[in-house]
Amino acid sequence: MNLELALAAGISGGTLFLIAAIGELFAERSGILNLGVQGMMFVGAMVGFWIGSDVNPWLGLLLAMAAGALLAGLHGVVTIHLQANQIVSGLALTFLGSGLAVVLGDGLAPGSGPLLPVITVPLLSQIPVIGVVFFTGHSILVYVGYLLVPLTSIWIFRTRPGLHLRAVGEQPSAADALGVNVYRQRYFYTMLGGALAGLAGAYMTMSLVPGWHANVTFIAQGWIAVALVIFGQWKPGRTAFGAYMVAFVSRLALDLQDPNALPEWIYNPFYEYQPATFFLNMAPYVLVILVLVFAAREANRKRIGAPAALGTPYVRGERGH
Amino acid sequence: MTGNALAVEMRGIVKRFPGVVANDQVDFDLRTGEVHALLGENGAGKSTLMNILAGLYQADEGVTRVRDQTVEFSSPRDAIEVGLGMVHQHFTLVDSLTVTENILLGLDEPRFWMDLPTYEAKVGKLAEETGLAVDPTAKVWQLSVGEQQRVEILKMLYRGANILIMDEPTAVLAPQEIEELFQTLRGMTASGASVVFISHKLDEVLTIADRITVMRRGLVTAAGVPAEGKTKRDLAELMVGREVLETVDKATMPSGDVVLEMQGVSAISDRGLIALDNVDLRIRSGQIIGLAGVAGNGQSELAEVITGLRECTGSIAVNGQELANHPVAEAIDAGVAHVPEDRTGTGSAPNLSLTDNLIMKSYRSEPIGHGWSLDSSEARVQAQTLKDEYEVSAPSIDTEARLLSGGNLQRLILAREISSEPGLMVAVQPTRGLDVGAIETVHKLLLRQREAGMAVLLISEDLDEILMLADRVAVIYEGHISTSIPTEEAKIDELGLMMTGSIADAAVEAAPRA
Amino acid sequence: MSTSAPTGRHLIPFGLHMERRLGTPRGLGTITTIGAFIVALLIAAVIIWLAGGDPINAYAHIVRSSLGSTGVLSDTLVKATPLIFTGLACAVAFRMRLWNIGAEGQLLMGAWGASAIVLIGVFPEGTPSFIYLPLMMLAGIAMGALWAGIAGWLRARLNVNEIITTLMLVYIGFRWVQFWVFGPWSDGGFQMSPRFPREAWLPRLTDHSDIVSDFAGLTIHLGFALAVVAAVVVWVFINRTRKGYEIRLIGDNPRAAKYAGINIGGTIILVMLISGALAGLAGASEVSGVVHRLQDNFSPGYGFTGIIVAFLARFNPLGVVVAAIAFGALILAGREIQPAGIPAMIQGVVLFCVIASDVFLRYRVRVVRR
Repeated sequence: MNLELALAAGISGGTLFLIAAIGELFAERSGILNLGVQGMMFVGAMVGFWIGSDVNPWLGLLLAMAAGALLAGLHGVVTIHLQANQIVSGLALTFLGSGLAVVLGDGLAPGSGPLLPVITVPLLSQIPVIGVVFFTGHSILVYVGYLLVPLTSIWIFRTRPGLHLRAVGEQPSAADALGVNVYRQRYFYTMLGGALAGLAGAYMTMSLVPGWHANVTFIAQGWIAVALVIFGQWKPGRTAFGAYMVAFVSRLALDLQDPNALPEWIYNPFYEYQPATFFLNMAPYVLVILVLVFAAREANRKRIGAPAALGTPYVRGERGH
Repeated sequence: MTGNALAVEMRGIVKRFPGVVANDQVDFDLRTGEVHALLGENGAGKSTLMNILAGLYQADEGVTRVRDQTVEFSSPRDAIEVGLGMVHQHFTLVDSLTVTENILLGLDEPRFWMDLPTYEAKVGKLAEETGLAVDPTAKVWQLSVGEQQRVEILKMLYRGANILIMDEPTAVLAPQEIEELFQTLRGMTASGASVVFISHKLDEVLTIADRITVMRRGLVTAAGVPAEGKTKRDLAELMVGREVLETVDKATMPSGDVVLEMQGVSAISDRGLIALDNVDLRIRSGQIIGLAGVAGNGQSELAEVITGLRECTGSIAVNGQELANHPVAEAIDAGVAHVPEDRTGTGSAPNLSLTDNLIMKSYRSEPIGHGWSLDSSEARVQAQTLKDEYEVSAPSIDTEARLLSGGNLQRLILAREISSEPGLMVAVQPTRGLDVGAIETVHKLLLRQREAGMAVLLISEDLDEILMLADRVAVIYEGHISTSIPTEEAKIDELGLMMTGSIADAAVEAAPRA
Repeated sequence: MSTSAPTGRHLIPFGLHMERRLGTPRGLGTITTIGAFIVALLIAAVIIWLAGGDPINAYAHIVRSSLGSTGVLSDTLVKATPLIFTGLACAVAFRMRLWNIGAEGQLLMGAWGASAIVLIGVFPEGTPSFIYLPLMMLAGIAMGALWAGIAGWLRARLNVNEIITTLMLVYIGFRWVQFWVFGPWSDGGFQMSPRFPREAWLPRLTDHSDIVSDFAGLTIHLGFALAVVAAVVVWVFINRTRKGYEIRLIGDNPRAAKYAGINIGGTIILVMLISGALAGLAGASEVSGVVHRLQDNFSPGYGFTGIIVAFLARFNPLGVVVAAIAFGALILAGREIQPAGIPAMIQGVVLFCVIASDVFLRYRVRVVRR
C-alpha cells in the first residue's frame, strides 16, 4: 500500500466533495439550505457523460452545470417564491434527480477512459512527495478545485457582492431595506450551487470513475458534501480540508481491503476473513459522523454558527405583533 | 425653520391588508425644514403610511409626490435615490458585520473590491460632522441600542437623504439619549432636512414637532396642525376619540410575605457577556415592583433566570423554594407565571389552536392531564371558559394563534398565565405594540391580580407605565439593579440618570428597604 | 399600481398575485394534496414519454398489476406493509421537525435484529411461533430504536444535525447487514442467510388455504394487521396523550415549548426511539413475513419511500395507511417497468408537487394581467 498514492487519491477523490461542497457553501451563505445536491450531482453526472462522450467533453461539462443549475432553480422557486420547507424540497430533488438521471440515462453505454485531460504540472510535480500528491496525473478539474478555494474566499470576504451575500444570509430584512434584491441573490447563489454540484457529478463520470453505471443509487457523495460545509463552518478553506481528508480515509479503507495491503508481520483481519472488509466500507460514513460531532462541539464552545437566516424563507413586510 | 415648499405630498392613499384597511384615503404633507409628527396609537396606520412613502409597501390607491415630482417607489432603493430614508423601529442592521459594512450595504460604491479603511474614514468623518458618535470599525452586535440607532441614521445620511422618517425612535432610548436625539434632529432641520417623527408618545410629540398629523384606525383625524398651543388632552382625544388619559385606581395594599427573594444572582448573555451582575431583588405578595431600564441591560436575562430558562449563579427563592438553575417545569409548579417579551416567538405556538395555546401550562395536571393521556374535551371546555372570561376576540377556540391581533394574543397569554393562579408573575414589556384599549385591559388585569395577593415583577421600557402601576421602582443598568424605592418618591430625572448609568442609586431617603 | 409581491422586474406580461390567507379552510389540505398527486403523475408521464417510454401503458400497467384482482391486491398490501411502518416512523418524527431521513437504516437493523433471533441458533428446532414471532418483533423494535436513538442522542446532547447522521447510519447499517449475510450467516457462500424455519414466518392467508381455498396464493401476512394497529396507536399517541401534545408543540415552536417547561432534549430522544422502533418493525415484518431470510438488498428503499408517504399523508397516521397503499401499488408495478429509475423519479416528483402545493394553503393565488 503506497501512502503517496493514497494521498493523491485523497486529493482527486476529495475534489468531488470539494466542488459540490463549495456550491452548497454559496447557497447556504445566502440562506438557502439545498439538500438536493445529491440529485443535482447525479443529473450532472449523466448529462456530462452523455454529452461528453457523444459530442464534446467541454460541452458536456457546460451542460452538466446547466442541468444542475436548472434543478437548483426549481428548488429556488419552491423555497424562495413559494416559501416551502427547504429541507423537504431538497430531499424531493434528491429523489427526483437520482431517478431522473437513471431514467434518462438508460441505455448509455459505459465508456472507456477519462473524458477530461489529465495534467501533470511540469516543475511542481518534481517536488518530493508534494509533487506526487498534488501535481501529478490529476484531472484538470482537480486544479480547478485548487483555484476554487481561494477564489471563493476572496469573493465572500473581500468583495462588495460578497458583502451582499453575507448580509442576505444573516439578516435579509436589513439587505432588503437597503435595496439589495434578496430574492435575486438567493436564486443566483442557489443556482450557482446547483451548477457546481452538476460539475462535481460530471467530474465523477468523466474523470474519477469514468463511465455510466446504472446502479448509482447508493452513493452518498452529495450528503457528505453537505456535512462538509457544516464542518467547514461555512469557510472555503476548512471545507476543502475536510473534503480531502474524507476522501483520503475512504481510499485508505479501500486499500486495506486487499489482504496483501499490510506487511506480513501486522495482523490483517481481512487476510483471515474476507467479509470483514465491509467494516472498512463503513469507514467514510463513520468519519463523517465524527466530523459532524467535532464540528458541533466546536460550534458550541466558540458560539459560532450557521448564517443566521439559513433555512428561513424571507417574506417582506410581514406585519408582526 | 419651516418654509412653504413641500418636501413630500401624499394624496388619497389607500392600503389594504387581509381583513383590515390600514390606510383609508389618507392625505399627508411634509414641509421642507420641519419636524412633522405623525401621531396615533398602535395599529392606527402611521407605520404603514410611512412604509409606503419609504418604498417598502406599495399603495393600492393614491399619489405620492416628492419635491413636486410624482413618484412610484417599488423598493426602498428608489426612495433613497430621491433622498428619502427611513429609520425603522426594529433596526435593520446585520449584527455580524461592522458599522461601515452595514452603511456600505446596497451601495454601488465600492465597485468591487472592499477597501474598508478608506470607507471607515469617510464614515468616521460623517459621524463627527453630524454629532452621531460611533466607532466605524465596531461590529454591530457590540454596540448599545442608542449607538445602533445612530448607525441607522448615518446609513441614511451617508446616502444623501435629507428627508428622514423616524419610526418610534425613542422607544429604546433613555431620557438623556432622547434629548440628544432631539438636538440632532433640530440641527438637521436647521440645515434644510425634513423629518417625519412617528410616535404614540404625546409628551415627546409636543416637545419636538412643528406640526402634527393624527391618525386613528386608518383615517386622518387632524391633518398637519401646528403643535403650538395643543395640549396632551387635545391630542389624546384626536388619537382615540375619547378622553384617554388613563387613570388607575390603585388600592393601598398592606405589606405581605416575601414571595421572590433573589440574592447575588449573576448570569451571562447569549453573546458571552455579563448580563446580570450580583443582583439582589425582593418582591412581596400584593406588590408590583417596576423595573425601568433601556432595552438590553439585562431585562430578558433577569426574566429568564427567574423562570428557569437560563443558568445563573446565586440564589433565587420563590416562597422559600430554591429555583435557580432548576428546570422550567419546577418554576411553573412553584407558581411562577411568565408573560414574555416575545409574544409570537416564545409566548405562543402560532400554528396551533387557541386551545392548544391555552393549555400550555395546565396540561400536565388534572382535569386535563391524567397520567399519560390528555383529555381533549376537558381542554376545550377550559379553553372556552378562558376565552370568554378574558374576552379574547377570535372566531373560535380552534382558530390558529397566529391570526390573533397583538392585543388579543396578549389577552390569551395573560389568560393562560393568570388562570394558573401563580404567586409570582414576571411580565416583560406586556403592553408593547398594543392599542390603547388593550393596554388598559392589561393594566387592569395586573392591578386586579395585585389586589388578589399576587407579586408582580413588571419589566418595562415605558416609564409612565411603571410609575402608574408599580408600588416600588428600581432601575436596571448593565446588569445592576438599583435599590428599589417607593414610587411616590421617585423623580423622573433621577430615574433617567440611573437608566443611563450616570448615577447608581436614587438619593437615599430615610425609607428602609421594603 | 403594482401588487404587493416584492419582486420588481416584469418579464412576463402577467403575474401571480399572492394574498396571504387569514385562515385555512378545512379540507383544503386534502384537496391540494390529491391535486398535487395528480399533477405529479402528469409530470412524470411527460418525463417518461420524453425518455422514450409509454406513459399510458406504464400507468395502466401499474393499476392492473396492483389492483386488478384479489391476488395482486394482496401483493399490493404486502408491499404497503413496510411502507405503513416507515411512513409512521417518518410522520412521528417530522411532526416534531426531526428529520429522520434514515428510516431505511433503522429498517435494515430491525431486520437484522429479527433475523438474529433465528440465526444465532439459541432456539432449538421446533420452537413454536408464539415464542419466535414476538421475540423477533421485539428485536426489530429494539434494533431500530437503537439505531435511531444514536442520532437522536447526538442531536439532543450535541446539536448534531440529524439529517446527516441518520443518513450516514443507513450506509453503515447496510454494510453491517452485508457483513453478516456474506459472512457468518451466509448460506453456502450465497449472499443470503438460510431460510427461516416455518415457525419464524409471520402467518399468511395462504398458509390457511386448507381451511379457506380462496386464500390460496394470497401472501398478505400478519404484518399488515400489525401495521394498521400501529397506525391507530400512533394516532392516539399524537392526539390524545400529553407526550403527543408536547411533540406537536415542539414541532410548531420549540421556544414556546421550552417556555412551557417541556424537556426538549428528552423528547427528541424519545421520538427518535419511537420512530426507529416503527422502522425496525418494518424490517422485522419484511424478513419474517415476506422474504423469510436475511438477504442483501431486500429493501427497494422502503425507508426512503416512507418519507414521501409521510408527506403525502400530511403526517396524519391514518392518512399514512392510504398513502402507503398507493405507493405500494407503485413499487409493485414499478419493478417491471423500464427504465429502472421511474419509481424513484415519480416519488421525487410527487414529493415536490406536494410541498409546492402547500403554498395554496398559505396564500390565495390569482393570475393578474400586468
